[in-house]
Amino acid sequence: MTPFDNNIEVPDGWGFAQTIDRRDFLKLTSTGLLVMFVVEPLLGRGLFGPAQGGRSSAPTDLNAFLHIGADGRVTCLVGKVEMGQGAMTSLPQLAAEELDVPLSMVDIVMGDTDLCPFDGGTFGSLSIRQFGPVLRSAAAEAKAVLLEMAAERWQVPVTDLRVESGGVLHKTDRTKRLTYGQLTEGKRIERRLAGRPSLDAVTAFTIVGKAASRRDAIGKVTGAAKYAGDIAPAGALHARIVRPPAHGATLAAIDTSAAEKAPGVRVVRDGDLVAVLHAHRDEADAALSLIKATWTPSRSTLTDTNIFDHLVSVAPAGDTPFRGGDLAAGEMRATTTFSETYRKGYVAHAPMETHSAIAAMENGKMTVWAGTQTPFPLKAQVAAALKLSADKVRVITPYVGGGFGGKSASQQGVEAARLAMAAGVPVRVVWSREEEFFFDTFDPAAVHTIRSGIDAAKKIVFWDLTVVGAGSRGVEHIYDVPNHRTRVRGGWNGNPAGMHPFGIGPWRAPGANANAWARESHIDVMAAKASMDPVEFRLHNLADARMRRVLQAASKAFGWTPKAGPSGRGVGVACGIDAGTYCVNMAQVNVNKTTGHIQVVRIVSVQDMGLVVNPEGAKQQMEGCLQMGLGYSLSEEMHFTNGALIDTNFDTYELPRFSWLPKIETVLLDSDLPAQGGGEPAIVPMGAVLANAVFDAIGARVHQLPMTPARVLAAMRG
Amino acid sequence: MRTVSFTLNGKPTRITTDEKRLLLWVLRDDLGLTGTKFGCGQTACGSCTVVINKDAVRACATQIGDVDGKTVVTIEGLAQGARLHPLQDAFVKHAAFQCGFCTPGMIMGAYARLLQNPRATAADVLHDLDDHLCRCGAHVRIAEAVTTAAAAMRGGVR
Repeated sequence: MTPFDNNIEVPDGWGFAQTIDRRDFLKLTSTGLLVMFVVEPLLGRGLFGPAQGGRSSAPTDLNAFLHIGADGRVTCLVGKVEMGQGAMTSLPQLAAEELDVPLSMVDIVMGDTDLCPFDGGTFGSLSIRQFGPVLRSAAAEAKAVLLEMAAERWQVPVTDLRVESGGVLHKTDRTKRLTYGQLTEGKRIERRLAGRPSLDAVTAFTIVGKAASRRDAIGKVTGAAKYAGDIAPAGALHARIVRPPAHGATLAAIDTSAAEKAPGVRVVRDGDLVAVLHAHRDEADAALSLIKATWTPSRSTLTDTNIFDHLVSVAPAGDTPFRGGDLAAGEMRATTTFSETYRKGYVAHAPMETHSAIAAMENGKMTVWAGTQTPFPLKAQVAAALKLSADKVRVITPYVGGGFGGKSASQQGVEAARLAMAAGVPVRVVWSREEEFFFDTFDPAAVHTIRSGIDAAKKIVFWDLTVVGAGSRGVEHIYDVPNHRTRVRGGWNGNPAGMHPFGIGPWRAPGANANAWARESHIDVMAAKASMDPVEFRLHNLADARMRRVLQAASKAFGWTPKAGPSGRGVGVACGIDAGTYCVNMAQVNVNKTTGHIQVVRIVSVQDMGLVVNPEGAKQQMEGCLQMGLGYSLSEEMHFTNGALIDTNFDTYELPRFSWLPKIETVLLDSDLPAQGGGEPAIVPMGAVLANAVFDAIGARVHQLPMTPARVLAAMRG
Repeated sequence: MRTVSFTLNGKPTRITTDEKRLLLWVLRDDLGLTGTKFGCGQTACGSCTVVINKDAVRACATQIGDVDGKTVVTIEGLAQGARLHPLQDAFVKHAAFQCGFCTPGMIMGAYARLLQNPRATAADVLHDLDDHLCRCGAHVRIAEAVTTAAAAMRGGVR
């Protein structure tokens, strides 16, 4: 247990994965019960096709998912990573529940490619939703084996036995009782599963559904928690890499002679990588500034203002995922028609921990400690870059200092490995903040065009949406629209070269934020024109019983009183569906009509996310979504020109702060559904709920995110 | 090169190095204290905040020569033996973090304010923390933790 005595009950965190080596692990698992799965293709994929950089078919990895040792301790082995979302706390809850052991008897190892079974990556709010059932199955199988072993030993039917508090006992004969440790002692039992055992009914849960203390707490408040940049193999050198001034700029000439003369500095080249190495980061920084590089300028002519026309002109024709009824007939029936365009800029992930990795080659094997959301795909990339077989590469994922999708791309891990190989010493690559922005895979800019109409009964009769750039996540209809067409031209992957001026990729609920912002803004435009309260207008056009329930619960929690907008009160509503979870946000804002500054006063967020494994953890995720969502709604957008980024640090790229913090209330509705995703849904309606509240406050609609003071003032001027 | 002497987490510390080197990297690379984090290198995020004498200072812009003769406390120096500082205790109890990367800086920033004025309110502390960034959006719980810790420290807990 922890060495601290502040009456804090926190089970041991992991640390295990950082200290144990493969040999120790094999010794540990040489006895006891191991449950393995033939990995199903399901685990190798996210929601959106093959994992980035990964293979479409997962290897038939036979690492164990679960181990029960002679001491009765249960170890969960999980390819997911802990990046703040709390999976290292909530996943053990599932195993403890299924095996009926105290939570303190469950350990977890995460994100280590030598110890954990293959996993495509930590994204898509899948840790609990998709991996949770697998882990529960492994635990259920372990329980079945333990029951069989006890039945055999006592020569009684399995049906006479049950498990309780880490042991098997006879239902009537109280003398028959053995702990899991006693049952497995000295033996090695291995189970390989292909199918899935039946799981306990959700209603019988005693550990799941209750708040559990975070396992990472003590380490994170004492500075003991290790992130990739904190790992220090003997002799490790910092690398600083020569970088171009703009995307598309190419190296014309380079003079490294001054850097080479600096004391303690090594200059290393590996193909296109030129780096300076030094034991101290600040001295490596100084050495980097001694390198004289000449660059051929980028040919890009794109800027953050001309980008929208560019996207509309070059985006692929795309497809039409939703179409129904007859648009022309709908238009004929409409008594009022609408046509609006909504835009949003590029948004950075900006995790507080920049991309970091340390690589060390020992006995022909490359170990990379990386802050990554995708340890297994990174392992494959490192093996390919170094021309090593996969078993000669190990990726270990310590704590990740925030991901939000941005650490699905792990270029820094490959850079560290290449430089370590070239230099023959362990190499640490910790990106500067400027590199973090430059190589970010931004949430793409998007343009939504919506034509729609309502009839005399204030029913939506047609909806014609064209999405450019944001992809199809969350673009589906929530409302009842008999005649509709949704065209999607380009998303965060699969775009033609040159469509975006720099890298783009998945950003917390990829595309869903933009899609909800356009849809829910437009619903409000129609409600206002219909002189109808925006909640009532939604309910008037909404058959989906699940969303109606969430919307009604949100109205109650917020104390929503119906009034057609703009009411001057500054209140707004928006709905969203993401990762299987239904979410409604309501907000109240103050807008300074002189400066255009928006202050968010209060947000109520209500979710139906199915079974809630750790309610406190779920609420933390919702709160994080709401606060983070203030950023893309109010201030965050990357400015750029000709391939160069204008915002390269937090002095101009503005993240939400304490002074922005509204009063936040989160509500989780009881639900009979299985566990759905919780890391992303509450951020999805943020752009729209604030745009709608701003409209309600000032009577003018802002059509572009973020809603900067200048854009608010421009909207007020008309 | 120069020998710099200072008190680090209660212990006399001497280091001979280029006096222009930055405290952040001396702590991390030379002294192995990795709880102080690098986030931006421009004093814009607060991840590297340490306390020098009684002031919250950004280690990424502090030259090691400037700490000569001073008292430096980092996140590793806050707990007293087996007893967490009230701020750390409150951060644990309120789960006032997610990824945890900004946490050491947040705690040290709050600590400096409460050290200077044990009667400081949570609002005073959060005002100081406004230039500390947290990307996970743990602000709600950090505010709660600071409120709890400020109350404890007003009650005389160090």
